Amino acid sequence: MNPIYLDNNATTRVDPEVVAAMLPFFTEHFGNPSSIHAFGSQVGKALKEARQKMQALLGAEHDTEIIFTSCGTESDTTAILSALRAQPEKNTIITTVVEHPAILSLCDWLEKEGYIVHRLRVDRKGRLDLDEYRSLLVNNVALVTVMWANNETGTIFPVETMAEMAAAKGIMFHTDAVQAVGKLPIDLKATKIDMLSLSGHKLHAPKGIGVLYLRRGCRFRPLLRGGHQERGRRAGTENAPSIVALGKAAELAIEHMHHENTEVRRLRDRLEQGILSQVTHAFITGDTASRLPNTSNIAFEYVEGESILLLLNKQGIAASSGSACTSGSLEPSHVMRAMGIPYTAAHGTIRFSLSRYTTEEEIDRVIAAVPPIIAQLRELSPYWNENGPVENPERAFAPAYA
Amino acid sequence: MWEYSEKVREYFFNPRNSGPLEEANGVGDVGSIQCGDALRLMLKVNPDTEVIEEARFQTFGCGSAIASSSALTEIVKGMTLDEALKVSNQNIADYLDGLPPEKMHCSVMGREALHAAIANYRGETQTDAHEEGALVCKCFAVDALLIEDVVRANNLNTVEEVTFYTKAGGGCASCHEGIEEILAKVKGERSGPGEVSPPMKPIAPRAAPKLTLVERIRRIEAVLASVRPMLVRDHGDVELVEVQGRNIYVHLKGSCAGCMMEAATLGGIQQKMIESLGELVQVLPASYMPAETSC
Ligand SMILES: Cc1ncc(COP(=O)(O)O)c(C=O)c1O
Ligand code: FES
Repeated sequence: MNPIYLDNNATTRVDPEVVAAMLPFFTEHFGNPSSIHAFGSQVGKALKEARQKMQALLGAEHDTEIIFTSCGTESDTTAILSALRAQPEKNTIITTVVEHPAILSLCDWLEKEGYIVHRLRVDRKGRLDLDEYRSLLVNNVALVTVMWANNETGTIFPVETMAEMAAAKGIMFHTDAVQAVGKLPIDLKATKIDMLSLSGHKLHAPKGIGVLYLRRGCRFRPLLRGGHQERGRRAGTENAPSIVALGKAAELAIEHMHHENTEVRRLRDRLEQGILSQVTHAFITGDTASRLPNTSNIAFEYVEGESILLLLNKQGIAASSGSACTSGSLEPSHVMRAMGIPYTAAHGTIRFSLSRYTTEEEIDRVIAAVPPIIAQLRELSPYWNENGPVENPERAFAPAYA
Repeated sequence: MWEYSEKVREYFFNPRNSGPLEEANGVGDVGSIQCGDALRLMLKVNPDTEVIEEARFQTFGCGSAIASSSALTEIVKGMTLDEALKVSNQNIADYLDGLPPEKMHCSVMGREALHAAIANYRGETQTDAHEEGALVCKCFAVDALLIEDVVRANNLNTVEEVTFYTKAGGGCASCHEGIEEILAKVKGERSGPGEVSPPMKPIAPRAAPKLTLVERIRRIEAVLASVRPMLVRDHGDVELVEVQGRNIYVHLKGSCAGCMMEAATLGGIQQKMIESLGELVQVLPASYMPAETSC
């Protein structure tokens, strides 16, 4: 039985066409693009093409607005530190409680260094309160950094509107679009977004390559200083094979954008329908009215996520969970807690993330596999009797101490 | 994902003795859904012989929680209550050919459930014992007594180990100080009565009589000899490598070397050295020794 990969928000398979495009840059085109001789100039030309393809995917006005980095995390870090260093008179960052650790950990650290960090809260569906946001847009804010789409639930934030609001107050706006790029049509030149991060391995390019989009005219301070690469904005000899790969991946993403938003969405909806029509006490987390087309996050009450993943894995199905046990942190995911998902469900959240390779047959196999797994685990659970949760689970299950 | 042993996988995929036990006369519930795992152990005890004739479980939790619960039921079946009370969390882990360190708390939960079930059968209120223990970790509702018990039984030395075994400290981390205090207390007991080190004296460099080099080395060796038994018990050892002025270089061997305990161990030795020599010295790993500078 072929394995089924539904963990594409964690990472994606490199497209075979992408692999083919990058391979020559390990062998015959190994030159340093900065060199004058023919070995170098061929590579330089390939990088320029890759930059233009990325420009097209993002709808950027200029190809020089694309800076290649080593990963999404580097792009995020560069953006935040740059905004602070370029505007030393400002000391405040606005972000959200549900960002990726690439943003949150850095903000925690900056807070210790004396900066002020406002973390916008979310409601039960993972949505922001734009009135609260508006009230925080004041003079001393150096940067707003808000993710375009959430990696766990797929919830999309209205970053275009939020960037307009920030721009009206003269405040810089960055978005971590690692999960959005390649899944949503993006046209940066029509927005007020100043900086955007993306990561190659989420859109069928290799791991270890990313982009920071930097709007022309946006004040900037590099993270890495050294050579003149990327026009002095990111020193270090270019990772030519991966940049070429990312260019190819961008081209393919444009080709598949329609498929992603029609067929992939249809399969995702079919999966949710198929599971929820058979399993009771389960619900979709996040904002179903505004979500990535490929992501589904389902909370199964009274069962624990790692157990579900182990049983899915036994049938060759790969997904992920926000449960404490799988994160290694002993607490359920910060995104689930921020949304106020009750503990009875937060430990049992499973994320299925599809890709353009996902087939209907695979989805149907998952639909068939999940209900018996949930039933089997609920049978083991002290919070469940034959056909439903025990009444008042907290009382029925009475630990000697708690 | 975790590296589970074959045995853990087997007991997770095909759990023995799961489901409710109607005739149970001893039931122990531990954990809660907030914490991410909860276990109900049900025993059917023969009132005449006190033999556990039947044991079943219901568990909400991860793979190793389910496997540990199932293993526990297999272990205690056929035991008398007194025998069962001797089952340790390590026995449960061993039965499963080991658990990943981060998952040892699953076996601890098994042992707790067993004690709760036996207390329930005997009509004792187990709560008493636990209400005495102050709540140390609010995130995971772990009290001081449990931590102390587990630290003692498993010879734990670090906060991280305590987290692996009990979960305490694995959330907001604000209870780490409390856990450190318990560790220090138990450690004090381990070094034996009479030997409990007095609270650190301020190390006012006494106007000590200047020691000869031979006398200094003798005292240094004596200090090392006094800490050696403790290190040997943890499968380690210590050896004097070189004395250069105020720097004393030692070689820590065995499981102490390189582990997080190394710094703590050296710190402890240094404190003793300072007291014994009456001067400020620094105890350093031999690897810190300045390399011979050849011209
Ligand atoms: C929203 C988001 N931001 C940032 C990252 C980090 O990207 P990278 O792994 O390339 O550093 C990820 C990937 O997990 C992500 O999902
Ligand atoms: S109180 Fe112990 S980890 Fe939070």
